[in-house]
Amino acid sequence: MQILRRNLTAYGFLCAALACFTVFAWYPMVREFILSFQKTDLINEPIWVGLDNFVTAFQDPAFGEAWLNTLEFTFLALLCGYAVPFVVALVLNELRHARAYLRFVVYLPVMLPPIVAVLLFRWFYDPGPGLFNQVLDAFGLPPLAWLDSSSTALISLVIVSTWMNMGSATLIYLAALQNIPPELYEAAELDGAGIWKRIRHVTIPQTRLILLLMLMLQIVATMQVFIEPYMLTGGGPENATVTVAYLMFQNAFTLQDYGSAGALGMMLMIVLLVFAAFQLRLTREDKA
Amino acid sequence: MQRSTGLLLVSALALSTAACGSGGEPAPSAGGAKAVSITVACQPAKSAPKERQAWDDDVAAFMKAHPGVTVKSTDQQPCFDPKTFGPKLAGGQMETAFVVPVTNYNDVIGKGQALDITPYTNLIKNWNDLRQDHKELVTKDGKVYGVPNVHYSVGLVYNRALFTKAGLNPDAPPKTWAEVREAAKKIAGLGPGYVGYGEYSGGNTGGWHFTQAIYGRGGDILTPDNKKAAFNSPEGKAVLQTLHDMRWVDNSMGTKLLVGWESLMVAMGSGKVGMMLGAPDVVTDVVNKFKGNVADYGITGFPEAKASLSGGEAFMINPKATPEEAKAALEWIDFRFNTVGKGRFDFARGKSIGNPVGVPDNAVYGDSPTGKAIQADRVKNASLPVANYESYVQAAGTIPPKAEPLHAQELYAILDVAMSGVLSRKDASIDQLLADAETKANAVLAAKG
Repeated sequence: MQILRRNLTAYGFLCAALACFTVFAWYPMVREFILSFQKTDLINEPIWVGLDNFVTAFQDPAFGEAWLNTLEFTFLALLCGYAVPFVVALVLNELRHARAYLRFVVYLPVMLPPIVAVLLFRWFYDPGPGLFNQVLDAFGLPPLAWLDSSSTALISLVIVSTWMNMGSATLIYLAALQNIPPELYEAAELDGAGIWKRIRHVTIPQTRLILLLMLMLQIVATMQVFIEPYMLTGGGPENATVTVAYLMFQNAFTLQDYGSAGALGMMLMIVLLVFAAFQLRLTREDKA
Repeated sequence: MQRSTGLLLVSALALSTAACGSGGEPAPSAGGAKAVSITVACQPAKSAPKERQAWDDDVAAFMKAHPGVTVKSTDQQPCFDPKTFGPKLAGGQMETAFVVPVTNYNDVIGKGQALDITPYTNLIKNWNDLRQDHKELVTKDGKVYGVPNVHYSVGLVYNRALFTKAGLNPDAPPKTWAEVREAAKKIAGLGPGYVGYGEYSGGNTGGWHFTQAIYGRGGDILTPDNKKAAFNSPEGKAVLQTLHDMRWVDNSMGTKLLVGWESLMVAMGSGKVGMMLGAPDVVTDVVNKFKGNVADYGITGFPEAKASLSGGEAFMINPKATPEEAKAALEWIDFRFNTVGKGRFDFARGKSIGNPVGVPDNAVYGDSPTGKAIQADRVKNASLPVANYESYVQAAGTIPPKAEPLHAQELYAILDVAMSGVLSRKDASIDQLLADAETKANAVLAAKG
């Protein structure tokens, strides 16, 4: 009883956190799981339909395109969004001057509400007065269709996503880099290691855990890409930017088919759970 | 101190949870009768302060005339948003009186998301004068589920000022697709940023306009039994071929893909787009919501039209409304939307606040006595030369209306791909685009049964 009283404040905070998770995370997850096996309009009594919603989602003509686009987006976003922040963090870590200022500049896009950032890029990508085509024009290069061509639309979304999210990843990498004991670098330098060998034999092994964690987090985040196609392309042109999360949204809120949207959500969750399990296993092996 | 902080936090959470969950019965009115509180959709946005003030004045006048009834307005724009409709209804946030576009009548009625108002239709004083075909659309198995509020058929909206600037006669707008192409070329030739003809390519609006265009050419989206797609036809090919040629041969459609309703409306409001398919309400919206110059816009009949996609909307009542709330909501609908010379039909007020009075943007009463009275009042208070719209009115009276296809939204999403294909790729194969869309549509139709 005394222990309980002593920790009352802690329990209070714990309850608040648990309430938030329950209301905003766990309950919606359970609800979605149930929805994926029901036919419902959210008004009348739902009907249990077994796996029908999964069959409906699978038979959707855009199903295959959505998964391929999501995988392509994830691959490209990782290529840019995983490597670029790490390199930026390495450079920032090496800087002796203006480090705080540059760190702020790199983090600035994260402080913009995503919707503002996306609208900013809508203007950048405008085929007429847009910034990017004006820059290309200044260099005597032909304009690009950016969002208006099925061959460039997806990579255009990757650029937006990378720009919006790079700041957070860079700061996390920077924190990890600053935790590496300087003696290791000094020892490597004494052994005659150059910058590449120091990165390969000191930096990467020392940040392996955080790199793995970020890999998993970025896969989970990028596979759920929604706001970019929703705001910039509406899934087009020619379904070139339809992603699984966008398709879920379409099914649920345009077609009012909450069941197949829930089924798609469950499929996406299972795929992401596989990545999470893989990451956990790697982390354990690393600790062992 | 620490303990009390924790307790306070927990108490605050508990209290806020309780507060969120509390309902609240309306208090009796001063006269002793049970007070009724209703929420009504479609209050004009804050960006249209004069229209909003007119609405608020109507609310105040209605409440004064109906003691015990409290009206709360919501200003979500657009009034009906399918994205929030189901969740709002399920979460108890849906207005007592809400608007549903004709596209969604079957869906909303079929799912039990609208109240059966058959016993209350006598509260709409001009009920018998509403177009019969529209009343049938809101009727299922003999029960009435809505009050038709707007009816229109599609025409060609055009910018008269741009026509003049391009050396075209605004009083002789295009009557054929060949003339549309020629006019679009001349308008695009005015310089960078000018678009001769604007068209949608995504967000389900591409498919919606494809449907308008194919209906106009005499084609169809589905076979008569609604079992198969019918748009892979000479008419469907003509729709896409015309758009492809205007975009890539004439360069008269601009370089930007327009996704979603607002995108083309913004472009039209900017005064640099010459023509688009649309109903008269496009003119009203472009002027009221997108800052278009009221004198610049005109509308004419659909080029070479054989049929016109029929559009409109109806007011429906929340199925969770009590009989008192339903009656109060219908009285409000009658007061604001169905009385000649009052509410939305107060054209004198509309003219005084700068509305484009004279646009034939609603024919829900047809040629009935009420419809004639509304039209006479509209002409009397017109702020625009009504002759600018005469060719549309003449055409609308002769072109047979045609309803949207079954599973419209699913089909529009599929047809978006074909529309974005011809508008984004010079080498797009129209045959292939239509064949792919047909395969997908047939798969969806088979799955839907």
